[in-house]
Amino acid sequence: MNYRRSAFIITCLAFGYAFLYIPILSMVVFSFNASKLVTVWDAAHSPTLKWYYSLIHDDEILDAAWISLKVAVINASGSVILGTLAGVGLARFAQFKGRFTLNAMTTAPLVMPEVITGLSMLLLFVAMEQWIGWPAGRGITTMTIGHMTFSMAYVTVVVQSRMATFDTALEEAAMDLGARPLKVFFVITLPIIFPAILSGWLLAFTLSWDDLVISSFTSGPGSSTLPMVVFSKVRLGVSPEINVLASITIGVVALIMVGVSLWMARARRLGKKAAD
Amino acid sequence: MANAGEAAKAAPWRDPGARAYVQIERVSKSFGDFKAVDDVSLKIYQGEIFCLLGASGCGKTTLLRMLGGFETPTSGRILIDGEDMSGVPPYERPVNMMFQSYALFPHMSVEQNVAFGLKQDGVAKGEIAERVGTMLDLVKLRGFEKRKPHQLSGGQRQRVALARSLVKRPKLLLLDEPLGALDKKLREHTQFELIGLQDKLGVTFLVVTHDQEEAMTLASRIGVMDHGEIVQAGTPAEIYEFPSSRFVADFVGSVNIFEGKLLDDEPEYVRIGSEELGGTIYVSHGISAAPEAVVWAAIRPEKIFMSTAAPHGAGSDNVVRGAVQDIAYLGDLSIYLVKLPTGKVVRVTQPNTSRHAEAITWEQQVYLSWDASSPVVVTR
Amino acid sequence: MRLLAPLRRVGISGRGLVVTLPYLWLLLFFVVPFVIVLKISFSDVDLAIPPYKPLIDWVGKNSLAIRLNFNNYAFLFTDPLYVHAFLNSVKVAFISTVLCLIIGYPVAYGIARSTSTTRNILLLLVVLPFWTSLLLRVYAWIGLLKANGVINNVLMALGVIHEPLEMLYTPFAMYVGIVYSYLPFVILPLYANLEKMDWQLLEAAQDLGCRPWQAFYKITLPLSRNGILAGSMLVFIPAVGEFVIPALLGGPNALMIGRVLWDEFFSNRAWPVASAVAIVLLLLLVPFMMWYQSVQARESAGTR
Repeated sequence: MNYRRSAFIITCLAFGYAFLYIPILSMVVFSFNASKLVTVWDAAHSPTLKWYYSLIHDDEILDAAWISLKVAVINASGSVILGTLAGVGLARFAQFKGRFTLNAMTTAPLVMPEVITGLSMLLLFVAMEQWIGWPAGRGITTMTIGHMTFSMAYVTVVVQSRMATFDTALEEAAMDLGARPLKVFFVITLPIIFPAILSGWLLAFTLSWDDLVISSFTSGPGSSTLPMVVFSKVRLGVSPEINVLASITIGVVALIMVGVSLWMARARRLGKKAAD
Repeated sequence: MANAGEAAKAAPWRDPGARAYVQIERVSKSFGDFKAVDDVSLKIYQGEIFCLLGASGCGKTTLLRMLGGFETPTSGRILIDGEDMSGVPPYERPVNMMFQSYALFPHMSVEQNVAFGLKQDGVAKGEIAERVGTMLDLVKLRGFEKRKPHQLSGGQRQRVALARSLVKRPKLLLLDEPLGALDKKLREHTQFELIGLQDKLGVTFLVVTHDQEEAMTLASRIGVMDHGEIVQAGTPAEIYEFPSSRFVADFVGSVNIFEGKLLDDEPEYVRIGSEELGGTIYVSHGISAAPEAVVWAAIRPEKIFMSTAAPHGAGSDNVVRGAVQDIAYLGDLSIYLVKLPTGKVVRVTQPNTSRHAEAITWEQQVYLSWDASSPVVVTR
Repeated sequence: MRLLAPLRRVGISGRGLVVTLPYLWLLLFFVVPFVIVLKISFSDVDLAIPPYKPLIDWVGKNSLAIRLNFNNYAFLFTDPLYVHAFLNSVKVAFISTVLCLIIGYPVAYGIARSTSTTRNILLLLVVLPFWTSLLLRVYAWIGLLKANGVINNVLMALGVIHEPLEMLYTPFAMYVGIVYSYLPFVILPLYANLEKMDWQLLEAAQDLGCRPWQAFYKITLPLSRNGILAGSMLVFIPAVGEFVIPALLGGPNALMIGRVLWDEFFSNRAWPVASAVAIVLLLLLVPFMMWYQSVQARESAGTR
């Protein structure tokens, strides 16, 4: 059987991708619909950009977006540091005390339902406030800590798997030539695995930016993130501004993804294990 | 051809007073239950090219890595130029290594790769540039300074790796299968280049390889390894002509081995009766073996004469009859597999000295004979 | 690092320092909270901030009383709402996992067998929704499934139906939402697994007389077992505790335990009960999480 002509597989692919994209595309299309009902096309007044203008001037959404941005950036940067340390440690050090625990702690958050993680972290913050007075109330700090805890697990996985294909001979050669282990890490290992670390940063950023459940549990008054605002709006039904938000999000993500994947394809030619 | 440096020609290993540059004293390495290196002791002298030769899994790479500082011996110690290397990490040893995969830093240029070691030592910028330049001249890569590894061919990458590991003038250079990734023609060419470089710089080389041709060409001395032990160490000629065991005889080059018992055991000669052979072997030197011991006579294929007529002046020693079973024509020589009446197949090689010689063909009855000095008797 | 020499004498190595930071962080912010949840699940509700009574109390001058209230757990196991919610969550997660596999496997297979350029584009297209907010994508289905939504409008315009179908706020909508959101989580591990397959095995099988479907069933499927398991766990475990999708698409009859926990916590302020729910949910899921970890370990050992 020549696979390529398998009608079955091609049909499945078509169906699968249609399933994935029809909702996304419908949101984009209806963001230009003048009608407030969103899904009933108002042919007389559409397409229109009025909801785009409206969104850009919506203070509630803009404030929430700003908070989300701050949290996401701090979270991504912090998670990358923690996750790289853990990923490198797990990949390079075959045996150390607590390895099993660290491994378990970095894989559990990946699958655990967020309601559990969110609840437990909130209770921790409350208890800590009782015992030592910090954190005083919930807000951006507690939210960021919450995000970092589960984001770093994702970064660990990304870094760890990159380290698995990293040729250890490169590190040994550097040591052989006189570089101490710390120097080797910064001058050799880090530059070569940098694309993985960058994608870890982007992953942590996105996880934080889109997070609803953990944010809801760990946030406080005045620190509503964008997803929290969106959620409260869509609980009541459809809203054209949300369609606009979705369209903008998709556009930005698509652009970044294409850019990053082109850059990564170039970087992948360096530092691959197989010597040609 | 010079397959020994100036220093090696003086054969310092024969001088009991000579000080070894690298001393490996009773070194063992175990990984769990598995003993990779078993009680190895070795002395390597300055200016030598020493080859560790063995099949994969024999422990040669582990031994090499212990010299480089990437593995710690389970027992025993290593001294380089008199200094004990126990606990000394790779970045503090006067040893450099050329890796099998070359391990060139992909994000650095040729220049930066070669300069890396000098930078770690804090050498002045001007001096770095000078030394890197000289080195690149030596390996004939002038003009390639700004290229990145992925823009180089396999042979060029190898030369960068070599330059990088030599620029620091290490006391000992370790080479892990240096020619394995090259094709045949390039390999031959590089072998002689390596020897020339070593001669010029006077660096002591330790090469690890499974390729006996490589070992024979490069080495001033070879250490044959099997199951973590060095079974024999000596010059290529010694290893080839005077193997100390069946393993070594069989490992380096091809050989015919006949099992037998001592019939006559005299100081100047021995006579061995071999059922495998279906005859007797007369060897013109004495050996030391227990009486009634089983011994083996090893005869190299090129030392066996093959003729259609019975050889002159033949006693009954050192001659047998057989039938040609197989012939492989290799251009410069031909390999003949001759089956003896006992069933044993003997390998004979003959140079094709004449273009129109009367060819010996399949099934032909031939006489095989050899000099009394040709067989090597081994007792294990 | 020369700084490390004195530290080494005390038994701390450079290596240790590397992993210490993430280790301590996770210990404090990931593990310790679970202990606290456990503790609170045994306490009483209190009209106070925080809304629970302490476990350990001084009674008189020299004695401590530890009060463990098992009522919360008893409540969970006897009240039909909770039992139903747990069972329903498992059922929904299980069915969703199966649906994701059915849709996702052929897609992953198709991508794995494409040529290099096609494959990169297809992968990009799968990953793109994954990076777009889940919340927004689930929201999209509200627009599609509601009474005057896209699907109903199209079907009515085509004359296929005469009255709008009730799709939103039904279990059907919830299944669609969950399958839709978790599909990339099945496709990616499956793809990663299938990509490593040696396709010549199939050719060898066919050469020996196997029909294409048989070859798939006997060779490809068993070899992709790890990918199937990994993908399943990545869907099943989080889906059991899923909150957003039931809240937005499910309607009042879609009882999922994640939603119950949320409501207990935010609406009823019943922190001890919510904690008990969390503990039971965690206990339910831990065996699956361990299974997932062992599948991952097996998969990475196989590639070395």
